[in-house]
Amino acid sequence: MELNAISIGFVVFTIFTLGGGIGVVTTRNLFQGTIWLMVSLFGVAGYFVLLSAPFLAAVQILVYIGAIAILITFAVMLTRSVTRIKTRYIRLVPSLLASLALFLILLLGVTMPIFGGVSPEHAPATVASTRDLGAALVDENGYVVPFLLASVLLTGAMIGAIFIARDDTA
Amino acid sequence: MNVLNEWAFIGMFAVLAPIFPALPIVIAWLFRPRKPNVLKSSTYECGVETIGDTWVQFRVQYYIYGLIFLVFDVEMVFLFPWAAAYNEMSLFGFVAGFLFIFLLTDALFYAWQKNALEWK
Amino acid sequence: MDEICTGLCRLMVDSGADAGLAQFVSLLVGVLLVSGVPLLTVILLIWIERKVAARIQDRIGPNRVGPIGLMQTFADLLKLLGKEDITPTAADRLLYNVAPLVSFASVVLIWAVVPFTPFHYGVDLEIGALFFVAVASFGTLAIMVAGWASNNKYALLGAFRVVSLLVSYEVPLVFALLVPVLLAGSMSMLDIVNAQSGMWFVVLSPLAFIIFYISSQAETGRAPFDLIEAESELVAGFNIEYSGMKFGMFFAAEFLHVFTNGILMALLFFGGWMGPLYYESPLIAFAWLGAKGGIIYLTTLWLRNTVPRLRIDQIMAFNWKCLVPLSIANIVLVSLALKVLQELDMAPRQLIGASFADMLPATILLLLINGALTLYLLGILRRRGKDARREAQAAPVQFARATAATAD
Repeated sequence: MELNAISIGFVVFTIFTLGGGIGVVTTRNLFQGTIWLMVSLFGVAGYFVLLSAPFLAAVQILVYIGAIAILITFAVMLTRSVTRIKTRYIRLVPSLLASLALFLILLLGVTMPIFGGVSPEHAPATVASTRDLGAALVDENGYVVPFLLASVLLTGAMIGAIFIARDDTA
Repeated sequence: MNVLNEWAFIGMFAVLAPIFPALPIVIAWLFRPRKPNVLKSSTYECGVETIGDTWVQFRVQYYIYGLIFLVFDVEMVFLFPWAAAYNEMSLFGFVAGFLFIFLLTDALFYAWQKNALEWK
Repeated sequence: MDEICTGLCRLMVDSGADAGLAQFVSLLVGVLLVSGVPLLTVILLIWIERKVAARIQDRIGPNRVGPIGLMQTFADLLKLLGKEDITPTAADRLLYNVAPLVSFASVVLIWAVVPFTPFHYGVDLEIGALFFVAVASFGTLAIMVAGWASNNKYALLGAFRVVSLLVSYEVPLVFALLVPVLLAGSMSMLDIVNAQSGMWFVVLSPLAFIIFYISSQAETGRAPFDLIEAESELVAGFNIEYSGMKFGMFFAAEFLHVFTNGILMALLFFGGWMGPLYYESPLIAFAWLGAKGGIIYLTTLWLRNTVPRLRIDQIMAFNWKCLVPLSIANIVLVSLALKVLQELDMAPRQLIGASFADMLPATILLLLINGALTLYLLGILRRRGKDARREAQAAPVQFARATAATAD
């Protein structure tokens, strides 16, 4: 019974995710491609809600639709007249093979816990709150090192990007 | 289950929210006049036909602002759970959060020094 | 249809209670009730906005349709219904039509987490405060999409300028929002309001409120940040190609967004429904929230109709070199001070249910810190102002280079 309701949500969000994905690869227009990508990522946010991780869903929307979409659009507009590419797919076979290989690896990773994943029966019964997440992030036995490494990474990313993109005339 | 219950409400809200503005638009579609002509539906500019592509090249400054925003956006995402856990947090965790903010402030300082924050 | 319906009902009533359909209907009614509040207010808001603007500009404003012009909005609505809806041939039809819907929906959705009284609210999400920031990012995307899909140079320029302004001001907005979240120790809107039982957060950290106020003024594209319209430069900005009801939806969204921000500020900083006798009746609580939100809303209108527009380089410099560092400094100092007091047992570890007396030492310390920070900032700004004036006087003939955003 419970399964039924969640599966309806699952179907809806799958349509969003896969439909958006198809939109991305079929449109020739980079801006429309960006929008389709956001539709797809919105579907992923829906999955997070279904998985009782509303915080991650909000993050997904905030970061991807709020920031990445804008950033991609700005990047698209940096280049001249690439919004309507007229080239054909020249590397169809290699890209097909690469994406198939990636899909297989991910499929294996999800179905079998070979990469250190947690199988469904070992998942914790209680859903952790955002507060627990915050406490775990800065706990000395928790994730404080990755937390600070993330900060270093972000700083590095920003410095690098400014270094590359900065206008030398100024 | 309770969590999903809340989100069912949000889901229904999200479905209905675009319908509210769509309703008047659809009603207007029933009543409004339809007399398009070539000039009327041409791009609105200054009276002269528009020249060239609309999708012109923009300057890199937009991208830099977008990038700095993205970095801060991700930082805020990390700080929200930190702030929510503030009251029960140990001193160690509190200092870790501070270090996190400090490192990011560094990035802002760098951007400032390199004049990346100027609108040119 | 029936399948989806029962599916939702089953989702609603845990594990198959018999009142499934009733639950679904009640859910629908709940959504309609909650969304009814913003939808009804927006009709009134358009009238208030015009009337207030008129009074500030020494005009009378709408006064013909109905008593004191109250029916003006309905007349406007009827007029818009009869307007031809022109879609430019060059436009991207799908995105062009979707953008106004997303723009309006993104504002209405915020109301899902607004608690009207202690017992009347849509939902009390655990991530409430983050929810409305996330939802608001759809509005930014809608502007971008509208500007791009119109395929008009003015629209695209306007959209790009506005979007870079919106994303920039989102940074201090969210940092200011972190302060109530931190003080309440929760992101739920209900908890944030309840945590203000001892002391309103505006007293604990007036700077956070001021930063939030300024940023939300920018987020709604109101003067002095009204580059969204910039009539004199970009004709109308991103919505130049829109006409009829679709244009109306963009405007309704903007009006509603301003009021929504007023309500949010009342909730986050002014104790929401708290006030004398609020526990007596939900109506009194609701009235308190409405009154507080309304007063903040009116001050934003006042500001909007009083100040001139800034240049985009000034706006950006003010954000990145003043508001962002200030908001970071504010959150660091507030959290540090409160932590020290908590360690000394001079401040409650849980603000929900704390009394006025409990909060007194924390309030005094935080106010002092906020005051010191403000004085320091004013000192810097004053020095900068003096320098700028001296420079301007040294070269009086040279006008500042026009820095309006131009492509290339």
